[in-house]
Amino acid sequence: MTEPILSIRDLSVIFDIRPRGAWPWTPSLRLHAVSGLSVDVAPGEILGLVGESGSGKSTLARAVVGTVPVTSGEIRFEGSDLAAMSPQDRRRHRRNVQMVFQDPLAALNPRMTVGDIIAEPLITHDPATPRAEVKARVREIMDRVGLLPNLINRYPHEFSGGQCQRIGIARALILRPKLLICDEPVSALDVSVQAQVVNLLRELQSDFGLSMIFIAHDLSVVKHISDRIVVMYLGRPMEVGPAEAITRTPHHPYTQGLIASVPIPDPRLERARDRPLMEGELPSPLAPPSGCVFRTRCPKARPDCARAVPPMEVVADRHRVACPYHEAQKVLQQA
Amino acid sequence: MALLDVRDLTVTFQTNDGPVNAVNGLSFAVDTHETLAIVGESGSGKSQTAFAIMGLLARNGGAAGQALFDGTDLLTLSPRQLNRVRANQIAMIFQDPMTSLNPYMRVSDQMAEVLQLHRGLSKRDAVAEAAQMLDAVRIPDAKARIGMYPHEFSGGMRQRIMIAMALLCRPRLLIADEPTTALDVTVQAQIMQLLADIREEFGTAVILITHDLGIVAGFCDRTLVLYGGQIMEEGPTQAIFDDPSHPYTSGLLKAVPRLDRDDADLLTIAGEPPDMSHLPAGCPFSPRCDWVRDECPGLKPPLVPFAADRRRACHVAAEEITR
Repeated sequence: MTEPILSIRDLSVIFDIRPRGAWPWTPSLRLHAVSGLSVDVAPGEILGLVGESGSGKSTLARAVVGTVPVTSGEIRFEGSDLAAMSPQDRRRHRRNVQMVFQDPLAALNPRMTVGDIIAEPLITHDPATPRAEVKARVREIMDRVGLLPNLINRYPHEFSGGQCQRIGIARALILRPKLLICDEPVSALDVSVQAQVVNLLRELQSDFGLSMIFIAHDLSVVKHISDRIVVMYLGRPMEVGPAEAITRTPHHPYTQGLIASVPIPDPRLERARDRPLMEGELPSPLAPPSGCVFRTRCPKARPDCARAVPPMEVVADRHRVACPYHEAQKVLQQA
Repeated sequence: MALLDVRDLTVTFQTNDGPVNAVNGLSFAVDTHETLAIVGESGSGKSQTAFAIMGLLARNGGAAGQALFDGTDLLTLSPRQLNRVRANQIAMIFQDPMTSLNPYMRVSDQMAEVLQLHRGLSKRDAVAEAAQMLDAVRIPDAKARIGMYPHEFSGGMRQRIMIAMALLCRPRLLIADEPTTALDVTVQAQIMQLLADIREEFGTAVILITHDLGIVAGFCDRTLVLYGGQIMEEGPTQAIFDDPSHPYTSGLLKAVPRLDRDDADLLTIAGEPPDMSHLPAGCPFSPRCDWVRDECPGLKPPLVPFAADRRRACHVAAEEITR
């Protein structure tokens, strides 16, 4: 197997929360955003992260970029530990890892022209680049993401949501990063535009040979674009495996419940589905359940689930599940 | 007679750039006990249609046409008369339950207020009935939790409170505007199940406004597809999904990634959603349409019946448009 480009080992990110009006001596609350996550990203691979809100997907992304401090564990990018990087290495890391955000309009400075927005990373990292070259590269990347280069002097508010997301993608790609992190890149877009952006990301990924972490709450979109999927719940990985295996023969009760909840746009299939609905809602990450975090909503929960965090078990090639009572189950008939 | 009969509804907003039509001559009907889906993307006019019916348009907006509820035109009623209809006959639930509940009022107070005002109950009876309704929408331990404030509930529970509040006066029509868009998918499934049960139990007609075709497939009898404030096609949900008769519907169905399929590439609809202040004189979808003909941008296709209980607005013959 080739050396992974990104390697995450036993990562935990815990935020200290000061309760409102707390006395100085009151201890902080500890919010477990990500706990005990290990996963690798191979060069040229698209890793999908799915989970409900509060599952820690975005925190994980931010930890990889280096914008939230890691509490424990290790993130290695191309073999070097993020925490031990010298300032120069960290600068190089930032150029190699770029991010695309959810709300396309909010992620763009309204007072900068599209050309300036896209050029900014290039000018920050290579200040010596001649202006003519900067302009040429901006035009080239705009053309590549499907924006007419003559729009270079327009402002973000003149563009639709889909076009703004293309601007965000162009900005992320102008430095030719090795890893692109997309945090819910299509959830704010209309269905017809969403398909355009998903197809564009796939195209760019194979053209540039990018590695990608694709975060979304919509399992259908994640399955469509990813090679492998990590299913997260309350900061912990539940199941990791090839996209097809995860959606066709999920092993973890949470993955099974998640798939059962996704509506299928076909009246006949949708109405014939026998779906055991998952009860309740996500518990507070301030006080996650002991042992398996999913046990409070799990149909298979047993008393000993509360005792210890279940270790990841290998169930098939590259397919791991954090549940001792896992059982492959076809939740969805393939059309 | 249909429960709600909307005829030639037009919603116009006065903006700094001149009048903008958000809804353009919409006609449709909802029968008692029927569930109608209004599907469309942002800017299609689906929410403004509901707001116009409920008399909730923004101050710079105006509605023309008719919205006959049980024979009474809602658009001509005084605010006072409309208020009576709004609670007892038609109720609405909104996308974001946090912004539609009053954060300063206990749930018991805001729910009781509805019953005191509209049914003249005493505070005590009103709270008791509100608690029963919370039970009906399956809020665990409703009696104890009714005294809490909205922020003390999770998103799914807040949406349940909204639904309970909408049902307090047993409306005959429930308008749900993207009721699950702000919720996680497992909670969405719970809420849709609840709405289906409630519809059964109370015999309420429902208008579900959504952009999610999966939800429509599972929940609605009939479907209305909107684009640029106009109806593209209308018919039984099953028929529309089986063989869409309009290029827009057909494109939309192909653009949705499906969990039960391994499609290599998603087919896309080229271009961007319409700019409502610069719509073409003809079919609003013509700039993005693969089947576009010379007459499409200039001549508006009429909405005509073409099969059992179906209508479509397109110059191209239905047989030519395949899924």
